[in-house]
Amino acid sequence: MGTDSRTRIWWALAGLVVCIYALVPVLWIVSLSFKTTDTITDGSFVPRSWTLDNYAQIFSLDLFTSALVNSIGIAIISTVLAVVIGTMAAYAIARLSFPGKKTLVGVSLLIAMFPQISLVSPLFDISRAVGLFDTWPGLILPYITFALPLAIYTLSAFFREIPWELEKAAKMDGATPLQAFREVIVPLAAPGVFTTAILVFIFCWNDFLFAISLTSTSASQTAPVAIANFTGASQFAEPTGSIAAAAVLLTIPIIIFVLLFQRRIVAGLTSGAVKG
Amino acid sequence: MADIVLDHIVKRYPDGTVAADDLSIEIADGEFVILVGPSGCGKSTALNMIAGLEDITEGELRIGGERVNEKAPKDRDIAMVFQSYALYPHMTVRENMGFPLKLAKVDKEEINRKVEDAATILDLTTHLDRKPATMSGGQRQRVAMGRAIVRSPKAFLMDEPLSNLDAKLRVQMRTMVSKLQRRLETTTVYVTHDQTEAMTLGDRIVVMRGGMIQQIGSPETLYDTPANLFVAGFIGSPAMNFLPATLEEGVFHTALGEFALTDELRGALTSGNAPRELIVGIRPEHFEDSALVEDHQKAHGSVFTAQVEVLESMGSDKYVYFSVEGEQAVSDELAELAADAGTSDVPGGDSGTLVTRLSSASTARQGRPSEVWVDTSKIQVFDPSNGRNLTVRDAAPVAGG
Repeated sequence: MGTDSRTRIWWALAGLVVCIYALVPVLWIVSLSFKTTDTITDGSFVPRSWTLDNYAQIFSLDLFTSALVNSIGIAIISTVLAVVIGTMAAYAIARLSFPGKKTLVGVSLLIAMFPQISLVSPLFDISRAVGLFDTWPGLILPYITFALPLAIYTLSAFFREIPWELEKAAKMDGATPLQAFREVIVPLAAPGVFTTAILVFIFCWNDFLFAISLTSTSASQTAPVAIANFTGASQFAEPTGSIAAAAVLLTIPIIIFVLLFQRRIVAGLTSGAVKG
Repeated sequence: MADIVLDHIVKRYPDGTVAADDLSIEIADGEFVILVGPSGCGKSTALNMIAGLEDITEGELRIGGERVNEKAPKDRDIAMVFQSYALYPHMTVRENMGFPLKLAKVDKEEINRKVEDAATILDLTTHLDRKPATMSGGQRQRVAMGRAIVRSPKAFLMDEPLSNLDAKLRVQMRTMVSKLQRRLETTTVYVTHDQTEAMTLGDRIVVMRGGMIQQIGSPETLYDTPANLFVAGFIGSPAMNFLPATLEEGVFHTALGEFALTDELRGALTSGNAPRELIVGIRPEHFEDSALVEDHQKAHGSVFTAQVEVLESMGSDKYVYFSVEGEQAVSDELAELAADAGTSDVPGGDSGTLVTRLSSASTARQGRPSEVWVDTSKIQVFDPSNGRNLTVRDAAPVAGG
């Protein structure tokens, strides 16, 4: 009992430290976003006078609202496409043997390891040459490219966990390969699919590098870029409050996304398939 | 419903391994056939080829008279029950059982009716809305059966369906499977490594070893006239006793003493080119406590005395293990059986042990010598070089069909 409860206390303490370390900056940003322009530099953790002016101000800027729409649209489209393509690719990698399988896995790993900064200039040239510069597809394409290795790796791990006999059973029950995949494998891989979707969504949502390099106008600028452009938007005041408010707004979709799917992510869905 | 014919079927993997070698089996409509053998004998491969889950390298597979080699599993109209049950964990029992019908685009009312019929047969009516995860092994097993029977397929294939259940449940389920098959009269191919299951369930049994069929026949045929050492050692529990023997002038010399050849045996052994070194096989029940054998019976037997090592009383019978001096019978078949049973020795246990089943009235005592009579008219004689049973005349390696 003694050692057991002591280890538990140590773990709780360690957890607490990590949480504080991670959450204090977030709370600081939240606090900044509610401060008035004159109190913003007072260094107080809790705002002395509360205001919603910062939020009102960013929504009065067309730049930010259009950026928000761009962000949501581009992130969702990229996530859906990456997950759909990734699911099929991962299934093939986990289940089938086909020529070039090792090459495919190797190449996708290679893409994941490439420093993105080194690809920005070529991508800039390419997207200008083919007319994708400052368009949605111009961002969606590189996002899918860089999200796919991640998606394929996570999903193929999930597919390997699903007993192969289930697929054989589906075949015997009269399913075509596509039906077996859709009716049996995909529902069972759902936790993996949702986990992957969240990871990919966060990647696309947070990206700044590609967004700032491959866009130039409100036609395709995403929210992180818009925030960066706040600087100097007002001649009289530092836009700290606006930046904080925008940053808080940006985290909200991610939180909603995770909360929505967290129950789905809980593992154990495959229990009971085969002898338990 | 349909018959299934395996016509010289071969399964060869790309690396050259032969998993099934020239299998020819004719399974009649409504018949219950068991494929049995130790692990790696090719029985599951054979079943998977019938199912369509594995390709056939050579030969022809016909179901209901129609060649199905190139057909996908879904077009063969056969249902399979897996060892692991392979239930869909995200579906309820009702959905699991209705899945084949849903895929066949049967309308919902019809599906419901059929699922409920099957559930009644399998005693699952109260569990229809549960998920497999919350069910016991036996219940899951029944759901797997239910999924197979709902669509009245041409045949059932069962791949060791009972091996994940505990011993008691396995016996109950065995009876249930047997009743179910009699009731539905659907052609069934059942794979198991358990010879008791094979003996109790099958109309006919196919014994396999190393990808080849050893013998096909009814449980009685296999038990009474095994084609070779492998079948003799595999079928029967406790296993047959094997002793090396020398044949000299019509008399067997064995560790149990000398047996005179019966007329029947003499005919079989002297006509062929029987070697002088042989292996004699005796089933445990062909021994009896000498004191309990009437004199006129003793005539067609032989009596020997041996030390009782272990005595197990079953109530109805006594299993008495004797220590016997002398060499062990040696052959590839016996070595393989021993390896499969997990003993490094010949079947029957430790080196030099003779297993006998005596009447419960026997007075044998552990640690004491006892006089035992053996019915020499029932002994089987095998050729050690190829394992063939010399007692069975015209015993082709593959019999029946």
